[in-house]
Order: sequence, then structure tokens, then C-alpha cells
Amino acid sequence: MFACRGRSSDNCVTIYIDDSAVIVPAAISVAGALLASGHNVFRRTPVTGSGRGAWCLMGSCFDCLVDIDGVKGCQACATTVREGMRISRPGPERCRTENVDPWGAGP
Amino acid sequence: MKESRELVIIGGGPAGMSAAISASNCGVDVLLLDQREAPGGQIYRRVESPAVADPTLLGNDYLQGLNLVTLFRESTVDYRPDTVVWEVSPGREVYVYGGPGPGVIEARRVILATGAVERSIPVPGWTLPGVMTAGGAQSLIKNDGLLPEVPLVLAGTGPLLLLLACQYLDMGVEIAAVLETTPRSNLKRAMAHLPGAIMSGGYLTKGAGMLSRLRRARVRHVRGVEALRAVGSDHLQQIEFHAGGREHRLGASLLLLHQGVVPDVNLASAVGCALEWDSGSLCFKPSVDQWGNSSVEGVAVVGDGAGIVGADSAKWFGEMAGLDAACQLGYIGANARDTLAQKSRNLYRRSLGIRPFLEALYRPPDAYRIPVDPDVVICRCEEVTAETVRAQIGRGARDPNAIKSRTRCGMGPCQGRYCGLTLSEIIATETGQKISEVGYFRLRPPVKPVPISAILELATGEMPVETALPDPTVKPLS
Repeated sequence: MFACRGRSSDNCVTIYIDDSAVIVPAAISVAGALLASGHNVFRRTPVTGSGRGAWCLMGSCFDCLVDIDGVKGCQACATTVREGMRISRPGPERCRTENVDPWGAGP
Repeated sequence: MKESRELVIIGGGPAGMSAAISASNCGVDVLLLDQREAPGGQIYRRVESPAVADPTLLGNDYLQGLNLVTLFRESTVDYRPDTVVWEVSPGREVYVYGGPGPGVIEARRVILATGAVERSIPVPGWTLPGVMTAGGAQSLIKNDGLLPEVPLVLAGTGPLLLLLACQYLDMGVEIAAVLETTPRSNLKRAMAHLPGAIMSGGYLTKGAGMLSRLRRARVRHVRGVEALRAVGSDHLQQIEFHAGGREHRLGASLLLLHQGVVPDVNLASAVGCALEWDSGSLCFKPSVDQWGNSSVEGVAVVGDGAGIVGADSAKWFGEMAGLDAACQLGYIGANARDTLAQKSRNLYRRSLGIRPFLEALYRPPDAYRIPVDPDVVICRCEEVTAETVRAQIGRGARDPNAIKSRTRCGMGPCQGRYCGLTLSEIIATETGQKISEVGYFRLRPPVKPVPISAILELATGEMPVETALPDPTVKPLS
């Protein structure tokens, strides 16, 4: 949904999104890396299991929470990618609601 | 181990930087704490190292921010980035986490410059992936050099909507539509404030220029948009709205919403600063005097965090507050302070001339601030709907803290930043109370989530071995 057109630098890093290796521009936010890789659902909410992604992109809404290098609940918009970073999107086991199809149709 | 400083400033945007520069120029020892990794705040985000190849496409208002950032870097201010402030006690102990240095700093004076957040737009479907704030999309450009590669829709009201649309046009991004929710009656009310707008120079020409740019590019620009809804099963698929007497549907996967920005009052309120309702800009803000001093001794609030004024006004007000801090700390006398501040004060007063016009013109319609649809999510974090809130009002809850206790509205990690105003306005409407009587959430520290290990370290003076903080470049809940 987002692409790196007209960026100032071509340096890239390899990161892992849900264990899949992805090459993304260096020095972008994790939120940007997820969006540029075609993921606009970052997590499932604890109450209804609804998909959430990026909203404020300035570190104040806490919607963009993902697990980074084993640390739960990191703000993707406030974290810069690094070579080898492992990002995982919290799955259904973190939802209170049962019978939630984790990713359903869609990205 | 504690650190003692004369002046601690929180926030690295134009107000914070400007206060830091003026105070340090008077000889004050200034420490500026910034949660971001480089100065500039949101408006001048990454202006030192733009992510886009051609930053001129972001416009001169953005680029000239580099002047202030450069002055800031060249000053004697001690700049501490990647540092989150989670508490400021009324006695001015500043609790931090994430950056270098100890976890608590004693300050003789504190200036809060934490800025604004986007006003919420609680329409059906506003929480769907694919729906984001216009400011957020602009941050993706500034911070990451990312542009949408699907046709996008911008909806709402306010200058940022038009500015972003023009920036996207200049960068070759396809805009499917700009849907303005600004009621036509706003223009009539705004005209009463036109003289003030003209006096504050340049602004009206800029606005007219943006509208004309959109027209020349033949961007579909719909006005008087009502009943906007974002629709989709798991992410945005369609946008629906009423305009021109009929229902419209638009397939879309990216919707940018905006209806102005509001002060982030959480830290000021948690310190104990009294808040007041600003009926012109429809938000709560800290009560401050002409130097930014709040109701708490030694604590000033400046910039958009003290009331929405825009970047230039924030810069001038910050400068005045820095001079006052220098005076209160004994570095300059009151007469010297007044003389040094005169130029900024004149510029600041003149710049405020545009505000009544803008506030009237871009006043968000009631329906977009006080949702009627029962299924609309009011609290994004805890997924509390309008129906749940109104049911509790019906059972006798008359203030935001009662609603919070009963529904969890406001208890999530954003701590009411994106539901507080909506909730207060719903309560006022339903109970017939004046919103100044309804008030706002009772806010307490920590104002940002903080790991227990950081608190333990404060208590014991050492990092607990088993729960050492992870790599500081990875930002956990903060």
C-alpha cells in the first residue's frame, strides 16, 4: 500500500516479519517497513480480535504494537529497523475472544 | 543517583527548542529531553536528514525548520534524545526511561513542550487498518520517505488536509478524492474574523493557493460531506458518505482522516496543572499566563501543548518562556526579560490574528465530534462503543472518571489521548452540563507505559539482572 518512491538513500537491511525475510530501506520505522511490505494489519485487539495497524504514527496512540526481538508490545512507529530485526505480529493467543481466525482474508 | 539541573525542557519541537535556546543564551543550564531521536518534533521531523530525495517538495514551511534546529544544535543546551518522560512530580522531579543518564532528574524549573495530537474522528470504521491520520501519513513521508501506491482518499477538515493533498500532488501521488466535512455555514461565521486573518499576513494567500492547486489538478473535491463511514470486513474496502443530497460509495484501501489537532494535556495534567476549556478550538488546555507559567509553581507549558497556535507562534512563545525561566532563575532581571521578549511578543500577538478565522472556518461539525451511531468505537484501546458510554450515562454516570471506571474507556495505553475529548463532549451533550463542568479524565503518572524494571532500577539504583532493559534502540511500550 506504501512504496519507497523518491527516497534519499538506497541502503537496505534484511528484517524478519513473522519469520519471513524481507528487504526494506535502512533507517525507516518498523511501521513503515510493515506498510511497505504490504502488511497493514499489525496486530489483533485483545477484546474483539479486530485487526489494527497504523493510526497516528507519532507514538501517542499505541495502536501499532508489535513484538520486536522478543519484546512484546513495541510501538512500530517509534522503532527504527536494524539488520536482522525480528518482528512478529501478535496472534490469536493474545486475544480474549475465542474462535478468532487470526488473519482472515486480507494482508 | 540523582541529577540536578536548573531548567529541564520536555519536547524537541519548535517551542521546546526555542525555549532552550533563549534560556541557555542567558547562561541557564538547560537539559532538553526528547522522546524522538533527533530534534524537530512532529512538524520538523527528520528535517536534518530528510528521508525523501527532494525535500523541497515538502515545502518551505518544513525546510525552514532547519534554521531553528541548527541554532538549537549550536547552543549550549544539553540535548538528550530517545528519552521518555513518564512522570513529573509537583516538586519537579522528572522521571525518565530509555535514554542515557539516571532515571530521575531534579529540576528547579520545568517547561513542558509536548505538543499536540490529532483530534479523533470517531466515524464508523475509523479503527480499520487502511484508515490513518493525515498527520500520520505525512510522518510516513518525512520519516520514512514512503508514499501511497494506491489511490487515496483524504477526508475531514483543516489546513493540513489541503496541505498534504498538495504535497502528494507535487510528488506524483494519485488522489481519488478530497472529502471535506467543513459545513458551508462555517465560512459565513469565519468571515466575521477576516480582518484579523488578513492582518496576520500570508496565510490566506497560502490557503487560496492550495485550493487552486487542487482545482488545476482536477482532484475530486467534495464539500459538505456528512455521515462518513469507513467500511470493510478486516481492513478498509469502501468509503460511504452523504453529499449533495445523495449517498455516495467509493472503493478505497487507504483513507486519511483529519479534523485538526488538540493539545496533548496528559503530562501537564498529571503534574497537577489546571486545565480550562477553550470554546474557540473545542479542546481542553492548561491554564497559563503570558509567560507560559501554569498553576504549578515552577512548571510552564508552551507550544501547541498549551493551546493550538502553530509552529511559528510556538517558537515565539517558547522564546518568551525561556527568557522568563532565565529571569526566575536569577540570570536576568524582569526589565531585561521584558525588553528581550518584546520582539517575540509582537510577532506572537500578530500571528494569533489568524486563529479566530481558522477556528471558525475549520470548526469540526458536531456530528464528527459527538458520534450518534451506537456502534462507533469511542475508546480505540479498549474498544468501548458509544452505546456502552451512553448506557452508563443513562445509569447516572456524569463525569469522565465515572465512565472510565465503569467501562474502561480511557484505561488503555493511549491514556485517553484519543477518546478523552469525545467522551467529555458526549457527557456534556447527554447530561446538559457545560463541558467546563464535565471536565476531563483525572490523569496520573506514568503518562507513558514504563517497564517495571525501570522503576525497580530507581528504587535500588541498579538494573535488576534478570530483567535488564532490552536494546535501547528497540522501543517497548513507551
